[in-house]
This record gives sequence, C-alpha cells and structure tokens, in this order.
Amino acid sequence: MSVRRISPVWWPALGLALMLVANGLFDPGFLRVTILDGHLYGSPVDILNQGSRVMLLALGMTLVIATGGVDLSVGSVVAISASVCAHLVARGTPLPLVIAAAVGTGLAAGAINGLLVARLGLQPIVATLILMVAGRGVAQLITDGQVLIIASPAFAFLANGYVLGIPCAVWIVGGLFVLAHVALRRTAAGLFFEAVGENEAAAHIAGLAAARIKALAYVVSGGCAGLCGALAASHVQAADAYRAGENMELDAIFAVVVGGTALTGGRFFLWGSLVGALLLQTLTLGLYNFGVSPAVAPVPKALLIVAVALLQAEVVRRWARGLWSRKGAAA
Amino acid sequence: MSDPAAPLLALRGIGKRFPGVVALDGVDFTLRAGEIHALLGENGAGKSTLIKVLTGVHPPDAGTIELAGRPVRPDSPHAAERAGISTVYQEVNLVPTLSVAENIMLGRQPRRLGLIRWGEVRRRAQAALARVGLECDVDAELGSLSVALQQMVAIARALDVSARVLVLDEPTASLDAAEVAELFRVMRRLRDDGLGIVFVTHFLEQVYAVTDRITVLRNGRLVGSQPTAELPRLALVSLMLGREIKLEEHAPAPRADREHPAVYEATGLGRRGSVQGVDLRLRRGEVTGLAGLLGSGRTETARLVFGLDRPDAGTARLAGGGTHRLTPRDAVQRGVGFCSEDRKREGILPNLSVRENLIVALQAKRGAWRPVTEREQRELCERFVAALRIKVADVEVPINTLSGGNQQKVLLARWLATQPVLLILDEPTRGIDVGAKQEIEQLIAKLSADGLAVLFISSEVEEIVRNCHRVLVLRERRPAGEFASGEVELSRLMRAMAEPAGEGKP
Repeated sequence: MSVRRISPVWWPALGLALMLVANGLFDPGFLRVTILDGHLYGSPVDILNQGSRVMLLALGMTLVIATGGVDLSVGSVVAISASVCAHLVARGTPLPLVIAAAVGTGLAAGAINGLLVARLGLQPIVATLILMVAGRGVAQLITDGQVLIIASPAFAFLANGYVLGIPCAVWIVGGLFVLAHVALRRTAAGLFFEAVGENEAAAHIAGLAAARIKALAYVVSGGCAGLCGALAASHVQAADAYRAGENMELDAIFAVVVGGTALTGGRFFLWGSLVGALLLQTLTLGLYNFGVSPAVAPVPKALLIVAVALLQAEVVRRWARGLWSRKGAAA
Repeated sequence: MSDPAAPLLALRGIGKRFPGVVALDGVDFTLRAGEIHALLGENGAGKSTLIKVLTGVHPPDAGTIELAGRPVRPDSPHAAERAGISTVYQEVNLVPTLSVAENIMLGRQPRRLGLIRWGEVRRRAQAALARVGLECDVDAELGSLSVALQQMVAIARALDVSARVLVLDEPTASLDAAEVAELFRVMRRLRDDGLGIVFVTHFLEQVYAVTDRITVLRNGRLVGSQPTAELPRLALVSLMLGREIKLEEHAPAPRADREHPAVYEATGLGRRGSVQGVDLRLRRGEVTGLAGLLGSGRTETARLVFGLDRPDAGTARLAGGGTHRLTPRDAVQRGVGFCSEDRKREGILPNLSVRENLIVALQAKRGAWRPVTEREQRELCERFVAALRIKVADVEVPINTLSGGNQQKVLLARWLATQPVLLILDEPTRGIDVGAKQEIEQLIAKLSADGLAVLFISSEVEEIVRNCHRVLVLRERRPAGEFASGEVELSRLMRAMAEPAGEGKP
C-alpha cells in the first residue's frame, strides 16, 4: 500500500545527466577524459575541480538550511579567510598553519552567526546579513584595500595540484563529504539537525539542546567557508577582498535547494547538495562552451533555477502526474 | 431597562457543521439590551463557533439571527460591525506601532479629497475613549501602553461604529486582578448605557462578579441559560461538564497499596502569570491527577514540573538531583517524559518517519555519538507498534500520514522507549477514538503498577477519577484541594473545581 517516495537526490542527478548529454552532443569532445602528464584532463575533471569550492560551501549550508535557517555570510567569510591566508603566506607561515588559520577564521565567523541566531534569536537572514556586509569590510582591513598576490608554489598546489592524477581540491572536498556523511548518518547527529528543523519546540521537549544544535550548524558552515577561502586564494594565487567568494553564498543555497533540501528545514540531503553544486558548475561551463557571454550567463542560470523550483513544487508535480495518468488512460 | 419580551439579539436554532463534526446543533441564544451575558463551555463546546457565526466569520448552516427584531445575516466581520455587532478578541488585534487614535480609526479614517483629516481622527478617537471612561493621550504609540489599556483601546475601537452588541472573547486572559477590575468597571458602564455584552471567559469568579445571565454550551448544544443569581457554581460546573453530581455509579478510583517514595517534590511552585503556590509530590507506582476547568493552570503546572517554563517561586526536587534549575534536557536525562497536549506544535516531527519520531527522545537521552543501532530501532518499533497497537503498515512513512490517535501512541512510545521514572501526560486521550482511549488508560495503569510515576492531566473528571490514585485540583491557577488515595470521588473533585477558595475543602 505504502509507496516509498523517490529520493529527491535523483532529480538533480537526472538534470546533471541531461546536461552532460546535451553538452556531449554539442561538442563530442566534452565528455572525453584523457591523461596528460599523469593527470586526468577534460571537461568533467574541470567541472569537479571548479565546482569543488561551491560544493564545500554547500556542505555547511546544507546543515544550516536543515535547521530552518540560511547563512548569507559565507561569501564574505571566504574573502576574510582568503585575506588571512595571503597575509600568513607572505610571512612564510607553514602551510598546515595557514590552513588551520583559514578554518579557524571561518569557525569564529560561524560562531558569531550561531550566537546571533540561536542565543539572541535573530532571524537567520538578518543575523548572517550582518556578517555578509561587514565581512567584506573586515577583509578590506586585512588586505589594506590591495589585491594581495600569493607567490607560494606549496599554497598554489592546494587548488591547482594533482594527487594520483586527481585534482587536490577534489580530494579535499570529496573527503570532507565522506567524513560529513559518516559523522551525520552513522551517528544520530543528522537526525538531531533534522528534528530541530522540523519542529524546534518538539525537539526541545524531546530533550535535544535545540539552540546548541542550531549554533553548531552555523559553526560548521563557517568552517567550510574558511577552508573554501584558502582554496579560493590558492586557485587564483591572490586575495581580493572585493571579488573573493562573490555571490558564492547564493550558489551554495542554490546547490542545496536543487539537491532536495527544503528551505523550510527538516530532512536534508547531503549528496543532493553535492550534485546540485555539480549541476550548477556544468551549466556554467556549458554556457561558456556554447559561447554565451558571461554577462548574459545569469539568464539561463535563472531559467534553470525556475525549472528546478517548479519540479520540486508539489502543485506542479501533481499536475504532471495528472497529465501522465490521463495519457496512460487514453493509451 | 428595556422590554424583556423584545430581545436585542436573538439567535434561533443555529446549526453549523464542519467536515466530520457538528460544531453547533440547534443553539438558541438571547441577549437583552443592558445585559452582560456569559457564554460558557469547555473546549469543543462550540463557544468560539457561535461567536464566529455571530460576527460573520462562519455563516451558519441553519437558524436565524435577529438584531433588534430585524433579521441579519452577517457574512463578514465587517458586515457584522456595520450591523452593530462588534468583537474584541483575546489577542489584541491592533497595530502596536501606530498611535492610539490611528488604531481606533484605522480603516475608517474621515477623509476629505482623499486625504485623512487628522484633527477629526483625534477628536473622534477621544470621543470613543471617553465612552469607555478612559483618558489617555491619543497620540501615544499603542505599544507603549499596558495590555489592559490596549484592551480598552480595542473596546473603544469596537464601540466607535455605533455598536449595540459587544462580544468580548476571553478579554481577561492576560490581565492581572486590578486590570480585570478596571475592565469590569468599563463593562458595567457600557451595560448601563444599554449595550448588550457577550462575555466569554474561563474564570467562574469573573462570571459571578460581573454577569447577569449565563448560557452554557456543551458538545455544540445549548444545555442551559439562566440568570446568574439563580445558578449556583456547582450546578454550573455540572452543566459545563455534563455530569449530574447526584449520580455516582462510576468506576472507583484506584487506591495506592502503600506509600511509595517520591520521585518529584515541589513546594510553593509558581511563576508570574502562570500558576501560584503548587505543592506536588509524585510517587513511584502512583498516578497523580491534575484536575480543573479550562484555564485553571493544569498545563502550566506540567510545564513548570518539566522545566519547560522556569518557576520563579518555590522549590522543586527531582529524585537523584539537587534543586537546581531544570531544563527539559536535564529532565529527559533524568528520566522524565512529557507528552504535550498540543501534539502538532510540541509533539510530532511531521515529515520524519514514525521510526525517527519514536526513537528521538531515547537518542536525545543518549547523545548524538551513541546512536541507537538499527537493530535496536527495529526492535523498539516492532515492540511498541505491537504493544500500543499502532496502526501503521511501515514505520518508514512520515508520521503526519497517521491518524491523531496513532500519532499520540507513537508519542507515548517515544517516551516509553526512554524507560522513564516519571511521565507527564497532558490530555493524552484528547481527540482519540474510544477504543484507543481505553487502551491508553490500561497502559497507564500497567505502567504505574510497574513502578512508574505518572502525572495525569485531563479535562474529563471521570477520566481523572478512573485513573488517578491522588488528585490535585486547580482553580483559577491555584491549588483548590488535594485528594489522597481513597478520597478521590467525582463529587468532591467537582466541588473543589467549582467553589471559591476557602470553601473548597471537603
């Protein structure tokens, strides 16, 4: 009697597959992966590598959205963390310490967000908007308004190097996803985030430290943004307080929502967020390959977002099901 | 003061049904000019539906409404207001950031050439306030006034539109004693001006303090309408609860076989705006009942015990711990469970599965890093689905696909899975069919026999008598009588629920 629902992860996965096929038809070389100098090379590898930063932000964002919130500050935290990296690398700080500082910066920023939302009860949008706006200023202070060039091959390796033929950043982000999956789904932590997002009052009564759980989501999101800042700075080998992480919070939110996690909180889909980020990156790269000017690119992106949002809307699904069954009846 | 044969407002044979329920069934209600008329009834009696029919929110399915001899049929609150029936709701429905004058005149500001005539707005606002005997700065921001004053402003607003009938829907719920007295002064003044006032409240003291006539509804039917002076409290409570106190052939209350050690003790427990002076001792193997009319402070007491609200008076001690401030999380860690009366808002995690809803409290007790294994989860689900006869084909379906009774059973199972020492059940059988109700009552008896302490809250006195070893009766948010094992009898409980403090002791 009971029909299990199709996991919402399949929708973005289907979209991703369609988009890859479309690109492949347009440019048969698109899907080709070759080995060059012992590295994997080709558009799919580019998508993974370029998409890794949004994937990382989407990881933290998934938890925040699961608790019913949203973290608008991640883009600015990327800029702060990138600036911190540039500063430390210039002073010859060892790489592990630089990464630790980047992550630490993000964790601290997340702690501020968590405090504002969970302890002081601010609306998540308002609370994280504060740091979104102020964070750019902080980054400016650190870089003194300059674009800081980072001349360190070791640091550049982080986002541009290859390990066993696969981009270093893909290893890092992929590893974190596996780690997060284990930490959330092999323990009860995932259930706790979902319970708080589903019904905070009920979760509180069931004995969960609802406020602490909410705050933790922002801390994790901040930590992801901090590491993302290091990757971003490494990728362009510079720290630009203006441009680093620009609009990335929106891409991350998009990835999470496309991945099947509802903005109203509750049930979350970690792997869906990852697929969502890949979908976004494939679209970006595809448009570039089609020769669409970057200035116009947001339009097809917006269309895709509308399409996905409609696909997820219950009204549209019911309508589509009705259409389907009528067809079936006619046949 | 006017001809009693010609009532100001007459509702005849009002019927209203909603899908699956008959909310009102042939209800008559007559209001005279210069009368304060109490409309009483327990939850689900049909008070609010009747008010909504009167104010045009829900058009009735049957019956007629006559205002001053002319039939009216309000189809919106606005239409009702125009006809002369104004309502002030429990929650002040005003805009706190606007001025008093703006609030009173909102939506009907006098205009000239499309522009608001502010002088006229102030003048008319002042006149409206004068009618309720209130002098205050009409330019003051409404939010800066006390709740009581805001309530008066709401009344003034309601009266501005030449009202003849004023409906006050639980206006005193958030007022303190002095503010209530002030409100009553205004009500009497308006009555003397010839207004008909319908007064909905839970507080019997207030009914006897201010009203002239009482109408009681129960299960959507009219069960009585009499002058207040001719209806003693006990008779009133019998009417509301539908029990004749003379008849006492009920199942006897269970008796505790011996004194068990207490798992929870509180003395003088209280919180401002909630309950006051509650002494409570909950023992292993005993079901302690909390009885009282709606609004008497039953749920509030439970929330204090569980640490959901922080008491500001008295001391409480939970076995195995000090008297320190308790949070729900501490309470759960130390073996307390709390089934809220509000299943939707404070119980279920709607889109999560039955399994997840069932194990969440146990998991919270253990902490995130010691997950309840899949095997344990399966066993718990199988055990409780069978033991509580939860009707569900697959425990992986979202809980919001289940019926109310089955949801309630899952929530009970959620707490039983934690193996609690104290279980607080707030209206555990509300909205549940008779069979499920009986099963839950049997389960409570069995659990207490096994040594569990239970705090049982119910608005059905019979249910309290059937299930509880001891009972604490609350009235107007204070204890109004305690009944030890062997003293729990329907008539005694009802007398304590009805009578004013000092006379309640049997």
